[in-house]
Amino acid sequence: MASLTRDDILKLAKLARLKLTEDEIAEYQRELADILQYVEQLNDVDVLGLEPTSQVTGLVNVSRKDEEIDYGYAPLDLLKNVPEVEDNLIKVKRMIG
Amino acid sequence: MASQWLPLSELAAKVRAGELKAADLVEQALKTIAEKSEYQAIIATLEESARARAGQIDEQVAAGKNPGRLAGVPFIAKDNFLVFGADTTAASNILKGFKAPYQSTAVNRLEAEGAICVAKANLDAFAHGSSTENSDFFPTKNPHDASRVPGGSSGGSAAAVMLDMAPFALGTDTGGSIRLPASFTGAVGYKPTYGLVSRSGVVAMASSTDCIGPLTRTVEDAALVLDVMSGRDPLDSTTIERDEAPYTELSADLKGKKIGIIKEYMTDGIEPGVKTCVEAAVEKLRVAGADVQEISLPSLPAALAVYYIVVPAEISSNLARYDGQRYGHRAEGATNLEDSYSKSREQGFGKEAKRRIMIGTYVLSSGYYDAYYKKAQTVRTKLINEFNEAFQKVDFLAGPVAPMTAFKIGENVDDPLKMYLIDIMTVSANLTGIPAVSIPAGTSNDLPVGLQLMAAQRQDRALLGAARAAEEVLA
Repeated sequence: MASLTRDDILKLAKLARLKLTEDEIAEYQRELADILQYVEQLNDVDVLGLEPTSQVTGLVNVSRKDEEIDYGYAPLDLLKNVPEVEDNLIKVKRMIG
Repeated sequence: MASQWLPLSELAAKVRAGELKAADLVEQALKTIAEKSEYQAIIATLEESARARAGQIDEQVAAGKNPGRLAGVPFIAKDNFLVFGADTTAASNILKGFKAPYQSTAVNRLEAEGAICVAKANLDAFAHGSSTENSDFFPTKNPHDASRVPGGSSGGSAAAVMLDMAPFALGTDTGGSIRLPASFTGAVGYKPTYGLVSRSGVVAMASSTDCIGPLTRTVEDAALVLDVMSGRDPLDSTTIERDEAPYTELSADLKGKKIGIIKEYMTDGIEPGVKTCVEAAVEKLRVAGADVQEISLPSLPAALAVYYIVVPAEISSNLARYDGQRYGHRAEGATNLEDSYSKSREQGFGKEAKRRIMIGTYVLSSGYYDAYYKKAQTVRTKLINEFNEAFQKVDFLAGPVAPMTAFKIGENVDDPLKMYLIDIMTVSANLTGIPAVSIPAGTSNDLPVGLQLMAAQRQDRALLGAARAAEEVLA
């Protein structure tokens, strides 16, 4: 039976770059265990000799010509959605400290 | 509920002939949207751009030009489609205020045939949900009973069509998000073969199962919208070749067609009223000449477990891009970059998005990858094999869309696993990439019940033909 500790939840939240409230930690601890318990039924399915599928229509290595394409927008258009811009650069907080 | 709209092809023909004005159709849509605002189907209207576009189409007609197969036809896009210059939120706080700098291929293709986007419809945030209650803004109400959900995640789109706000709407279907709201509202909802419609410019949920499709009043309308949207797109490398023949050329005859009723879906686990309704519908198909037989796909009960591993895994990866730096909500007062990521995501994502990111992160994390993700993808292969075998024996598979009719708003919100179980009959089509459709089968306690029909991959035209014939028999 699946169970998750408080530390498991905190570790997942860190990996996923999510801050959680105390309530959320308790809630997800319970709910994730429920969901993981439900999916454990897959242990009973016999898959001997089968390979995993990640692409269902059988396409392999679809590529296009390496040439310039006009997507109809300029870099400056994309900057309009950026929360903080300085000298046409995306401004972010310092990485360390 | 009779519609104020003519069939799409007739509507467009009248606009092309100058008998109807695109400008009037747009006003009619906007007026209906305003009159029925209490259902909360719409996040935003695009009045200015829609009126401008209608004016251009009417001018083209006046100048003797042909604006296309959907000339002047208003439509509503689920708010996870990028529409040039319009806010695209995916009903999430993290994308509030995001203005699309480019446009989805699906909308481009519809506009190229003269269709006009008049509004953006509500959804479960990022399309995570089965009721539209997970919208970060507000829930949408079912047109048949405002105390009930319209299904989800394309609940706004389905409700908008049944409220007559526009003659068609666009939805996305990752695990049933077009078919379920169609079933709950009495609309036609079509999920094409994986890759038949480009997803370029649509907010990604789970890339190996995401599909785009129409919500309409009739199968004929769905076929026309699909025909306009489908086919290869260099901007989406998962797109497949379309049929050369139009998807509107349908052989609407059930005589001699082999239809397999899915045994695993017709259990006592479904509401008696839904079961009775689906059984009665299937009997009508038999009387109309279909060769009906029961068929078993033994791994089907495991499909939902596969889905709730594979899809959260892909979600956790696709939602990693929302970090508050390049677009979307950025939290105030962060101390460093990582803190800015975490706080922005904490504030911008709703409960369900966070829940799915957490599950996805878990099943992909080191030590669990093989046990969960790889195992799920292998059971997926087994499922695909069973569907392939079934389609050796029958032309179509049939069953309910969901085990229940529309439930009360708030009824299932405290139990995520119960909410996930609603998708139990729809997810297999997504995991296997096959086309599937929900058409109205009747009612149970005055609430709509959908009949689900499925076909093998790339058999979209055949499936639409069968659905068209079934629609006539069930009307």
